[in-house]
Amino acid sequence: MACKPATQEPRAAPNETTAGPAARPFALRATMDDERWVSLLDDFFSPPVWSVRELTAYIQDLLREANDLQDLWVRGEVTQVSQPRSGHLYFTLKEGDAVLRCVMWRPRAQRQARRFLPQEGQVVEAHGYVDVYPGGGTYQFYADVLRAVDAAGEAHLAFLRLKARLEAEGLFAAERKRPLPPYPRRIGVVTSATGAALRDILNTLRRRYPLAEVVLAASPVQGADAPQALAQALARLNQVARPDVIILARGGGSAEDLAAFNTEEVVRAVAASPAPVVTGVGHETDTTLVDFAADRRAPTPTAAAELVSPDQTELRVHLEQLAARLQRRMEHLLANAGLRLAQAERGLLQHDPRSRLQASAERLTRARLALPRALQRRVALARLRLQTLEHRLNQAIRRPLAVRRARLDGLAARLQAVHPYAPLQRGYALLTNDAGQVVRDAAQVQPGQRIHARLARGGLTARVERGWLHDPAGPRGALSPQPHPDEGANPP
Amino acid sequence: MTEPDAIDQLTFEQALAELENIVQALEQDERPLEESLRLFARGQALLAHCTRLLEQAELQVRQLVGDDLQPWPGNDE
Repeated sequence: MACKPATQEPRAAPNETTAGPAARPFALRATMDDERWVSLLDDFFSPPVWSVRELTAYIQDLLREANDLQDLWVRGEVTQVSQPRSGHLYFTLKEGDAVLRCVMWRPRAQRQARRFLPQEGQVVEAHGYVDVYPGGGTYQFYADVLRAVDAAGEAHLAFLRLKARLEAEGLFAAERKRPLPPYPRRIGVVTSATGAALRDILNTLRRRYPLAEVVLAASPVQGADAPQALAQALARLNQVARPDVIILARGGGSAEDLAAFNTEEVVRAVAASPAPVVTGVGHETDTTLVDFAADRRAPTPTAAAELVSPDQTELRVHLEQLAARLQRRMEHLLANAGLRLAQAERGLLQHDPRSRLQASAERLTRARLALPRALQRRVALARLRLQTLEHRLNQAIRRPLAVRRARLDGLAARLQAVHPYAPLQRGYALLTNDAGQVVRDAAQVQPGQRIHARLARGGLTARVERGWLHDPAGPRGALSPQPHPDEGANPP
Repeated sequence: MTEPDAIDQLTFEQALAELENIVQALEQDERPLEESLRLFARGQALLAHCTRLLEQAELQVRQLVGDDLQPWPGNDE
C-alpha cells in the first residue's frame, strides 16, 4: 500500500528544522504525535491510491471479463478513416454524438481491403471486441471484419417490420377498404401548400371535375415534424370540413423525403380517417406504408386526383347517351301509343256503347217508320174494307156517314196506341207474372216472386227483390201490406 | 314517384341519379302514356340541369386554417 510521503515529513518551521529536534524536544514531540495520528487515520479511511498502470490493467481486466464485449457486432457511421504506413486501419464509428474509436490490425485490414475499405459516411457493422488502449488512455474497438450496411436496406428492414406489425393488427385488411364516392362534392387534400403535388392535384380536378370543392389542409410532408403534422391535418380535415374523400399526397423524392409516409403515426391517422383516403405519394415505383392503409392508392398525386374524380368528358358523353336513350324511348312510346290509338279507335267503333246505341236508335227509327206504314197499310185495307162495308152499310142500313167515319178514325188511333210492341222499342218492358198476367201495379207481386220482362228483343225472367209504390220516394216507399186485388188480365 | 324536388336545387349527383332512374324506368316498365310523358319532361329538365352545372362549374378551393375554411389564394404560377 502506498503512503502519502508529505504527511510523513514533519512540518516544522525552517528555523526549527535547523535548530534540530533536540532544541525543542517537547514541542516537537507533541507535533509529531499529532501528525502521526492524522496520517494513520488518513491511511485507514481514504480510498487507495492507484498507479496508472494498475488502474489501466484493472479496467482492462474488467472489459476482458465481460464476455459480451469480447465478441460482438457494432453498427455505426464511418468517420475519420486513416491507414498509415503500418497498414493498420484506424477509423471511428459514430451515431449521433456517441463515437467509438476502432482499429483493425494490418492482416485483418488487408483481408478487409479485398472486400471493401470503409468510406467516410458509410454505415458499417464491425465485428470484434472492446479493449483498452493503454497508450491512448482510451478504450477502443478491435475490429476483425467489417460488413457494409445499406442504409436503404436498413430502412427497408424497419419498413418491413413496421408493415408486418400493422398488418397483423389488421390495419391493411381488404375489408377495411371503403369505396370512393363516385361524385364527391368536397375533396380534402393533405399535402404541402407549396409543393408541385398540390398544383398537379388542383389542375387535374379543375380539368376533370370542377363541380367539386377542394379543402386543403396544408402540412409539411418531410422533416421531423412532418409525421405529427400530417396526422393532425388528416384528423382536423375530417373534423372540420367532413370531406367526401381525402387525397394524401406528396411529390416524388428520395426515400428519406418520403419517410414521414412510412411512420406509424401517419399510417394510423390514415386508417382512422372517417373519409376514405386516396394516397398519391412519390413516383410510380415508390410504395409507402400509408399506401397500404389507404382505401385506394395511386402512384402519383395526379393519379390520386384522377382516382377521386369522375371525368367531365366522360360525364358529358354519359349525359348525351342518356339524352339519346330518353329520346329514343319517347319516340318509341309515342309511336306505340299512336298504333294503340288507331287500334283502340277501331275497337271503339265496334264496341262503343254509343255506337250500339246509335244502331238501336236507327232500328228504332226504322221501326217507327215501319210501324205506321204497316198500320197505315192495315188501316188502309181496313178502310177499304170499311169503305166497302160502309158503302154496303150505307146502302144497307143507311147510317149517317159522318158517324161511321168518326168511329173508324177512333178505331185506327186506338189500334195504334194499344200496339204492345211500340213502347218496347223505346225501352219499356212488358212485365208479366208466372200466370202470364200483365203487371201494372207493384202491389201485384211480392218480393221473391218471378216476373217476366218482355223486351223489344227477347225477354228476361227476374226475381223481385223489393217493390215500391211511389216513384219519388224510391225503395223507401214500402209496398203496402195488402195487395191490390188482381186486375183482370189484359193480354196483348 | 313522390313529390319531385325542384330541379335547380339538385346536386349534379342527385340530378344524374334521378335522370338515370327515369331513363331506366321508361325503358323497363310499361306505364301510362301520360306518366311517361311527364317522366320524359322531367328527364329533359334534369339533363339540362346537369349540362348547365358542368358548363358553369369552376373548382372552388379553400384552405383549412384553424377551425375555418378560408379562400385559397392559389399558387398557380
